[in-house]
Amino acid sequence: MREFGYQRAVDVSGAVAQLGADPEARFLGGGTNLVDLMKIGVERPAQLVDISGLPLGQIESTEGGGLRIGATVTNSDLAAHPEVRRRYPALAQAVLAGASGQLRNMATVGGNLLQRTRCGYFTDVTQPCNKRAPGSGCPAIEGEHRNHAILGASEHCVAVHPSDMGVALAAFDAVVSYETADGPEGATSGGELPIADFYRPVGDTPHLETALPPGALITGVTLPPAPVSARSRYRKVRERASYAFAIGSVAAALDVRDGAVHDVRLAFGAVASRPWRAREAERALIGAPADADTFAAAADAELAAAQPLPENGYKVTLMHNLVVAVLTELREETAR
Amino acid sequence: MDPSTSSAITLNINGEKHTLSVDHRTTLLDALRERLDLTGTKKGCDQGQCGACTVLLDGQRAVSCLQLAVSAEGRDITTIEGIAEGERLHPVQQAFLDLDGYQCGYCTPGQICSAVAMIEEHAAGWPSAVSDDLRPDAAPAPLTADEIRERMSGNLCRCGAYVQIVEAVTEAAAAGNKAGNRAGKAGKEAAA
Amino acid sequence: MTTATTGTTSVKGSHGAPHTRVEGPEKVTGAARYAGDVPFAELAHGWLALSTVTRGRIRSVETGPVLAMPGVLAVLHHGNAPHVDTDYVGLLGVPDPTAAVFQNDRVPHRGWPVALVVAETSEQAREAAEALVVEYEEEPHDIAFSAGRPDAYASGGPQGQDVEEKGDLEAELAASAVVVDEEYTTPEEHHNPMEPHAATARWEGGRLEVVDSNQGSTWIVNELAKLFSLDPSSVRVRSEHVGGAFGSKGVRAHQVAAVMAATVLQRPVRVVLTRRQMFSLIGYRSPTTQRIRLGADADGRLRALEHDSLSLTSTVHEFVEASAGVARVMYDAPAHRTANRVVRLDVPTPTFMRAPGEAPGSFALESALDELAEKCGIDPIELRARNDPETGPVSGLPFSSRNLLACFSEGARRFGWADRDPRPGMRREGHRLIGTGTAAASFPARAIPSTAAVTAEADGTFTVRITASDVGTGARTALTLIAAEALDVATDQVRVRIGDSDFGQAMIAGGSMGTRSWGWAVTAAARDLREQLALGGSIPPEGITARSDTSAAIGALAATERHSFGAQFAEVSVDTATGEVRVQRMLGIFAAGRIVNPLTARGQFVGGMTWGISMALHEEAVRDQSSGGNVGADFAGYHVAANADVPHVEAGWVDDPDPDDPVGIKGIGEIGIVGAAAAIANAVWHATGVRHRSLPIRPDRVLLAGEGTQRV
Repeated sequence: MREFGYQRAVDVSGAVAQLGADPEARFLGGGTNLVDLMKIGVERPAQLVDISGLPLGQIESTEGGGLRIGATVTNSDLAAHPEVRRRYPALAQAVLAGASGQLRNMATVGGNLLQRTRCGYFTDVTQPCNKRAPGSGCPAIEGEHRNHAILGASEHCVAVHPSDMGVALAAFDAVVSYETADGPEGATSGGELPIADFYRPVGDTPHLETALPPGALITGVTLPPAPVSARSRYRKVRERASYAFAIGSVAAALDVRDGAVHDVRLAFGAVASRPWRAREAERALIGAPADADTFAAAADAELAAAQPLPENGYKVTLMHNLVVAVLTELREETAR
Repeated sequence: MDPSTSSAITLNINGEKHTLSVDHRTTLLDALRERLDLTGTKKGCDQGQCGACTVLLDGQRAVSCLQLAVSAEGRDITTIEGIAEGERLHPVQQAFLDLDGYQCGYCTPGQICSAVAMIEEHAAGWPSAVSDDLRPDAAPAPLTADEIRERMSGNLCRCGAYVQIVEAVTEAAAAGNKAGNRAGKAGKEAAA
Repeated sequence: MTTATTGTTSVKGSHGAPHTRVEGPEKVTGAARYAGDVPFAELAHGWLALSTVTRGRIRSVETGPVLAMPGVLAVLHHGNAPHVDTDYVGLLGVPDPTAAVFQNDRVPHRGWPVALVVAETSEQAREAAEALVVEYEEEPHDIAFSAGRPDAYASGGPQGQDVEEKGDLEAELAASAVVVDEEYTTPEEHHNPMEPHAATARWEGGRLEVVDSNQGSTWIVNELAKLFSLDPSSVRVRSEHVGGAFGSKGVRAHQVAAVMAATVLQRPVRVVLTRRQMFSLIGYRSPTTQRIRLGADADGRLRALEHDSLSLTSTVHEFVEASAGVARVMYDAPAHRTANRVVRLDVPTPTFMRAPGEAPGSFALESALDELAEKCGIDPIELRARNDPETGPVSGLPFSSRNLLACFSEGARRFGWADRDPRPGMRREGHRLIGTGTAAASFPARAIPSTAAVTAEADGTFTVRITASDVGTGARTALTLIAAEALDVATDQVRVRIGDSDFGQAMIAGGSMGTRSWGWAVTAAARDLREQLALGGSIPPEGITARSDTSAAIGALAATERHSFGAQFAEVSVDTATGEVRVQRMLGIFAAGRIVNPLTARGQFVGGMTWGISMALHEEAVRDQSSGGNVGADFAGYHVAANADVPHVEAGWVDDPDPDDPVGIKGIGEIGIVGAAAAIANAVWHATGVRHRSLPIRPDRVLLAGEGTQRV
């Protein structure tokens, strides 16, 4: 870890100004990912702007029954919040399925969206990696890729996004708010990105992960109102029972009326470079009978695009089974 | 030290103020261990992957290896050295001792700090990944062995003392976790 | 059964009274100082730089820019480091050159130590070590481990035999009604003690002092003295608290580098390994591929048993994971062949890891026994009873005691084995399949000569001094109980001091031999002291000290098959949709000598069984064929069982005091893991009808295995 300067930000515009256009500066939130990456040499900032004291720690209801979540809300506070648990239970479950109690107390919503892949080549600076060192290659494609992407990957990168929270946010059409510098005098202006546009496709630029403008500060996430989200759940599969990243996960919400799927939300985790909204599956579900055959066909519709590598083909089966299992549980829950 | 890459800070640890100059790279863990001789907090992985360095920040458990010391200024820090009340062990400490909730003892300070805060989190109504019903109006889930196992999973124990750790936490939680508590954020919320 | 005894013993009951750890208050308050916790004035921090190529030569070490960095004091490498002498034979044989750092320009594996950067602060040392540029001449490497390696050769290592055989294997197999012929594999596994290796070295009054984390301080003294050509009396190593070891804490690169730097700089230098560095510097358990061939009559009686194990080692040092050894103890057959083979690859040197040989060997052998039971249609416990040998299958020697069947019968009763439907795939709860499995365990019971001193203090208390190491086993507490019993005084009258090489030669904490070896020496000295005190007279201010050396007594032990035994039981659930396997309950019953302290002994057994869960379901270090290094060399990439993975694990024991040990001890540190992974794998078969012959039993393997699980 190289030496770096440190400043505390007291307000949003000040934070954006302090970071400025310096490509070697980073915002420091909970630090659970950034400080780790600094220790292993993946991140080498010259300047940190500490945003943990910004007044962005609130969760507020919006008109119509949505929620606005501040960027520095911790994972723990998010998962414990009564309205999150009431209106978006899959979001609370997703957050609780991630990391550990200690890390959830530190990690923030903004940082969670921006966390980097846990690919073992990305986190080892002695190895090539197109995401960390563009143009150096992707050893995972020929090497260890049991937990790599089956959807939306490219020949340049097959890493998966590690977030659990993001999967639920993708299912619930979250909108990311940010503030960015506007003019030379420290003025800032706000912007918004729907979660569907927040993460860039991998293509040949795996190092460019989000559509945020340079120097932008995430200020919060807004969840639009959606009655279906109150009947939702998150199911995560991992190689030990807790404190491990997913090898596959599903966030789902289901509204069944008269035996047919009236409304549905479905997103996958640990299968792509971003939380994967399963829109093909949703299309296959809407209006169809809420039964196992429909669920299986919907899963297959989404997974038809899967391009597994030699060692991660199991994920196609796993995601198929997870979709059927979670939707079946939600249907039975609704029937009760 | 170069003022652009170091800062003079005051840390509030176990109720005492410590003023020191830190390299910005210094983690709270290293400041405790290498600068303040508070070596009860252990370094197991230095990457937030084991929980051995768990301390309480404003009453909440946190891994001190990923917390920069300079950023911890102004927060109430409680380490394992501050868990007991003088000579009287905290109920969690006593239960670990009585029920052999450890072997080599290296993960133990982190386990104990984690358990102290975890019992409060549960009392404040925080759900966990194994809680059946997350609805806010549902009855609070009892602190079963499965709840303890999940909530304590951020503290690895390589000796394999989990069974005894769960027994110790169960006993301490039943004893009320009263003595030695520095009222934390979760506790305050519960009281409010 | 009666065997020759030393004549000095009056064996007590099967166990003593439970006692909390004597150092417990220090451990629960954070007051216990581990190696990296002891403060030193003027301390400098060393940080190792490791090779980023897998095979080749160091062309240059660019020290100039690094020496100009803030706080940097020195860069040690093969061009300037002090010479060390590796031409000796130590406790465990010739030294592994991995620890004798910076002696030449060869790089035999990725992660090989190439330099030590020393600086005023740890932050400065880390950054400088990361910034250090080392140029290599790279050569092609070979790390491909597989059963078919033509360059594998037979070796049992310094501790064991390579090949043992009797009878006509092929003829007996041909004559067998039932044959099992399968290959089993276990992956590369790492010790990962929670405390990283740490050592601080300094010269004090002409003496080299090292504060270290190790399994035996006189062992480290002897090795350092030989490496640095010093008189052992001029080296002192202290290791009061040790944060786990499991076989990994011997002489390693960090101690040697710290001594070099302290010598060059003439100030205290601390070197602490990072979690990542531990993956290439402290040893690990080799992967194994094991072929088992069993031939039996229809009633399950074995006619042929072959256990052939292949492991790997580095190109610079031979260590053999002697997995076939377990078959030499467990089962006999007219044709019996066991072979340990090894292949040399461009990888770090493996080493002893909790139950070396027995842990992977028992997975293969006890899985194969379960397969034989299935094929014969015989209960797995009955099959083992029918094949319980009278004498050592290979040695022909009598067993000092063999209470395996007593363990099975007690375990079966407590586990409810009699109610089990032997057919697989019969228990379904929702989308989970439930199954139970069992396996046998054994581990050798040995003792190594040690010395101890017991002092009667003028204030009426007693002080025991012995260079024991409490790596979490509870040895300090057990020795307190043993001394109090031998002295016939209350335990609070006895203070046991350990972890200081100045206390004299003693066995290391290893091979389940520590407490037995030390307890013997403490008992001998305490008895001698009692005899002296019985003569009467007052105690002078310096006290009265009795010393012991158990060399003669241990040397006089008759040759016998002396082992601990155990029976493991596991119940698992398998999620057919996701492939997730969870252990729901586990029970181990052991015949492992006299249990000195039931409280801490339970921890040893349950801890070992927890390792078995971890081995069965989680642990696996992945080696990248292209780069030759581990991928994900940390606790996120290398999973050990977390709290949520471990259900209520129970352990118990049957009466089994060793007749020849003055305390009745056999040793309990390792047997808990033996057979545990096999019991779990056998339970997974019982749940699903699918055999998993490769560990760990990951969700992807369960999903792809097909039967019992499928696309829903």
